[in-house]
Amino acid sequence: MSHLMEVRNIETYYGPTMAIRGVSFDVSQGQIVTILGANGAGKTTILKTISGIMDPQKGSVSFEGRDIQRMDPDRVVRLGISLVPEGRELFPFLSVRENLQLGAYTRHDHKAVASDLERVFEYFPSLKMRASGPAGMLSGGEQQMVAIGRALMARPKVILLDEPSLGLSPKLVKEIFEIIVRINRDSGTTIVLVEQNANVALQVAHFGYILEMGRIVMADTGPALLEKDDVREFYLGIKDKGVRGVRRWKKRKTWR
Amino acid sequence: MHGGRSMAEFLQLLVNGLAVGCIYGLVALGFVLIYKAGEVVNFAQGEMMMLGAFVAFTFIVQFGLNYWIGLALAVVVMAAFGGLLDIVVVRRIIGQPQFSTVMLTIGLGVMMRSGASMVWGPETRGLPSPFDKTVLQIDGVVLSAVYLAILVTTALLCVFLLGFFRFTRVGLAMQAASQNQLAAYCMGIPVKRVLSSVWALSAGVATIAGVMLAPISLIDPNTGAIGLKAFAAAVIGGFGSIPGAVVGGILIGLIELFSGVYLPEGFKDTAAYIVLLAVLVVRPQGLFGAVGRKKV
Repeated sequence: MSHLMEVRNIETYYGPTMAIRGVSFDVSQGQIVTILGANGAGKTTILKTISGIMDPQKGSVSFEGRDIQRMDPDRVVRLGISLVPEGRELFPFLSVRENLQLGAYTRHDHKAVASDLERVFEYFPSLKMRASGPAGMLSGGEQQMVAIGRALMARPKVILLDEPSLGLSPKLVKEIFEIIVRINRDSGTTIVLVEQNANVALQVAHFGYILEMGRIVMADTGPALLEKDDVREFYLGIKDKGVRGVRRWKKRKTWR
Repeated sequence: MHGGRSMAEFLQLLVNGLAVGCIYGLVALGFVLIYKAGEVVNFAQGEMMMLGAFVAFTFIVQFGLNYWIGLALAVVVMAAFGGLLDIVVVRRIIGQPQFSTVMLTIGLGVMMRSGASMVWGPETRGLPSPFDKTVLQIDGVVLSAVYLAILVTTALLCVFLLGFFRFTRVGLAMQAASQNQLAAYCMGIPVKRVLSSVWALSAGVATIAGVMLAPISLIDPNTGAIGLKAFAAAVIGGFGSIPGAVVGGILIGLIELFSGVYLPEGFKDTAAYIVLLAVLVVRPQGLFGAVGRKKV
C-alpha cells in the first residue's frame, strides 16, 4: 500500500452525536481527491479529524505511513498537512501580508518564504494591491484567496480544502478552481477537496467519494462519477426523462 | 473657594495624575493582554503587580542588589510565575463557563494576597528608587523625578510592546492566536505555549508597574486592590484595546487626582467609577472599542 494518506474507519462525535460513522478512504500522492456530500454529511468533520482539530473515537489516519490521529493541530501542520478551513478563518485585523507570512510560521528559511510570497501574489494578483490592508476588509473571494495562499505558504504536501466555493459567485468559483488545478499541477501538491458544488469539484478531481449521513456510499474516478445516474440526478440536478417522457417522482438512490 | 490655586499646582497635579494613571494603565494592559489572547479575565492582575513589587523588594532591599538588576530579576521571576500559573492552573479551565474563570482568578488573587502577607508580613514597605531624591524645578513648578521616571518608563514600555507585537514572530503569533485561535492552530502556532507566554508577558508588565508604584505609595499585601481601578480603566478603554487600556488608565489617574483637590471631600475615590458608569452609558463599547467583532 503506497497511498500518501490512508483514513481507516474513523468515527468522530460532537458530544453524543456521531458525525462520521466509520469512514475510510485513500489519498494518492499528487492527486486531487474530492469528498462530496450535502449539508451535515460530515465533510468538514472529516477534515477537522485529519488536521487534528477534532479527535476520532475510533479508527486511524495515517500519513506517510505514520499514525496522526489525535495529534495536536500544530504538529499535523509540521508534518505537511495544511487546512484551508470552512469560512476562511483569517486573522481579520492583521494585514494580508501578515496573514500570508503566518502561513509560513513553521518555516525558518526566510529567503524561500519570501519567494513563496511572491508566488502567491502571482497566483492571486489582486491580493498584491491589498497586501498592507487588513484581511477583514477584503471581499469574500479575496478572503478565500488569502486562505488558500496562507496554506500554500507552509509548502505543504497535502492541502485540505473545505468548501472553497462557499458563498462565491460562479465566476470567482471558476477562478479559484483554476488556481487549485494549477497548484496541483505546478508543484505536485496533493489536494483533498470537500465540496457541495459537485459539478465543479468533479471536473477537477482525479478521484471522488460521496458521503451521506457520515458514511461513504460511492467511490470512483472523477469522470466516472460525473457519468453515474444517481450523481447526475441528486448532485448535479440533471434529470433524465423516463421512457414515457414523464419523470417518475418516487425515484430512490440506488445505494439506499 | 479654590480661586487662588496657581498654575504651578495645576501642572504638578497634571504630572502626578499622569504618572498614577500610567500605573493603572499598565495593570489594565495586563488585563487586556490576557483577555484578548485567551478570553480569560484575570482578576488577580492587581495582585500580580503587588507580588512583583514584593519580589523586587526582596531582591533590592533584602538581598541588597543593584536597583536595575533587582528589577530585571523580579521581572524574570514574575514572568516565570505568570507562565506557570497558566500552565498549571488556568489552562485546565479553558472551555468551562466564564463564571468559573472569574471565580478561579479571584481565588488566585486571594491566595496571592495571603501568601504575600505570610512571606513578607502585613506591614507596609518602601522600595527606594534611584530617582527618590531628585527634584526638578521648572518655572516654579516642583516636579519629583519619580513621577517623571514613571512617565518615561511607561512610554518606553509601550513603544517596546508595539514593536514586539508588530515585528517579532512571537508577537505576531500572539496577535494571531488572539484574533482567531482555530486558524492559529492551523498555521502550526503552538497556541497553548503562546497563551502561557502572554501570561508571562502581562506578569512582567505588572511587575514593572508595581516597582514604579512602590516609591509613591508604599507597598503592602493589599496594594493589589488597585486592580479594581485598573479594571475600570480597561473597561473605559474598551476592554480588548491595548492603547485604550493605557489611555483609560491615564484618564482615571487624572480624574482621581484632580477631583481630590478641586472637588469636595470623598470624590477622590468615587470619581473614577462615576466616569466609568458615564462611559458605559454613553459609549458602551468603550472609548477605543474594536471596530469589528472578534470571532471566537
